Amino acid sequence: MKMSKSPWLLHYDASSCNGCDIEVLASTTPVYDVERFGVINTGNPKHADILVVTGGVNYQNKPVLEQLYAQMPDPKVVVAAGICACDGGVFKDCYNILGGIDKVIPVDVYAPGCAVRPECLIDAVVKAIAILDEKRARMKAENKA
Amino acid sequence: MSKISVVPYGPQHPVLPEPVHLDLVLQDEKIVSAIPSIGFIHRGLEKLVEKRDYKEMVFVAERICGICSFGHGMGYCEAVENVMKVEVPDRAKYLRTIFQEMSRLHSHTLWLGLAADAFGYESLFMQTWRIREKILDMLEMATGGRVIFSIVDVGGLRKDVPDEMLAEFAKRLKDLREDYNRITAAFLEDDAVKSRLCGVGVLTIEQANDLGCCGPFLRASGVRRDSRMTDYEAYAKLDFEPVVSHDGDSYARCVVRIKEIYQSIDLIEQAIAQIPAGDVCTPVKGMPDGEYLARVEQPRGEALYYVKGNGTKNLERFRVRTPTFANIPGLVEVLKGQDFADVGTLILTIDPCISCTER
Ligand code: SF4
Repeated sequence: MKMSKSPWLLHYDASSCNGCDIEVLASTTPVYDVERFGVINTGNPKHADILVVTGGVNYQNKPVLEQLYAQMPDPKVVVAAGICACDGGVFKDCYNILGGIDKVIPVDVYAPGCAVRPECLIDAVVKAIAILDEKRARMKAENKA
Repeated sequence: MSKISVVPYGPQHPVLPEPVHLDLVLQDEKIVSAIPSIGFIHRGLEKLVEKRDYKEMVFVAERICGICSFGHGMGYCEAVENVMKVEVPDRAKYLRTIFQEMSRLHSHTLWLGLAADAFGYESLFMQTWRIREKILDMLEMATGGRVIFSIVDVGGLRKDVPDEMLAEFAKRLKDLREDYNRITAAFLEDDAVKSRLCGVGVLTIEQANDLGCCGPFLRASGVRRDSRMTDYEAYAKLDFEPVVSHDGDSYARCVVRIKEIYQSIDLIEQAIAQIPAGDVCTPVKGMPDGEYLARVEQPRGEALYYVKGNGTKNLERFRVRTPTFANIPGLVEVLKGQDFADVGTLILTIDPCISCTER
């Protein structure tokens, strides 16, 4: 697999229970340590390549999520981390949950699990890198044409 | 007189692991006041009682917050057990205590790491989280889950933890103490760390009492209050004294949490030494009818679980009051008069858990 550069992640908690968030953080710390590959959890959407979202999105953070997505430069990839982000999970029937981030922004990789395991998340990010490369190549080709 | 400006802080911000929004009213670099707004993670899970029966609600209660997940499940179960007059076997009580203290251990370690990250000590953050993985390993060994265990159930626990495994825990805890000695020294003695924490964000004992704060935030201001002293589960049989500090600043909060880490290790060791043999679950019959309010000391402070049943399988009302919600007025008070640069660290010193605040 060609990995053109180390992708930077932006993590946003869109009404998750925290379980998945701490697993996202745990993947960057020793034992899992994706930072050794230069995968850094940045806080700035303008620096990020991959958006990792946890939680099922509610009415109040929907505009925040849309804004974050819009602020990220192209090409960008979205990873839904945890079953909540995939389809709402245990909170699916809650009155304030939209049920999955794909209701709000396009999702490229789904990483299920409650909470998502770091292994699964890392796998999802690796998949996301491939998609990122693909998108970048497509963008280049379009720019040439 | 310089101009007043308002700086929005959050909901998405590099130091904030979770979304909370503060409007900071600044005069130069000093904070005049802070106006919090919450609701970014509100899910409305209390209302799920209408759709899930009281047993399924255990899973939902565990997902109030993924960090103190076990405690939330336990608090809910305790309330339901009291409504249904179920007597939990002794072994289950001890195991619940062990799991609860392990949760506190990993939660406080997590906090130490995040705090280190907030004041810019990246390698300390990494080292702290490396230790935390050892606790998660133990939890995974016993329950199969790293952060959400789903082991607690109405009537006791879903499965037993064998004695050999408990012995193994005791062994690992001994090593863990060594690890903690090494990293906590950095928090308590490093001059750079101290300069970010000492004397910053003082909450006086009067303020702490008046604003109804709880948990380590309250105890760091000199109030000796810990709901574990209400003797739920096996706490009555264990020997411990609430950790109190008197300065009320960020450093004191750090000290309280670090001492509580050692206290938790001690409590787990005591519980492992005393644990009786026997069943871990009492079968429950019938439907909950009546109401009860359970109090549990979570890593962040006292949490309340109110349950009201009407004799059907669905509860009529489930209400949770969580510690961070009680600590937000304290945070707003603490922020006044502080430097803008300290906001990130100060927010973290209350150990905010926004997802349980908003449920
Ligand atoms: S998937 Fe599970 S652990 Fe993750 S945010 Fe949802 S409820 Fe929490």
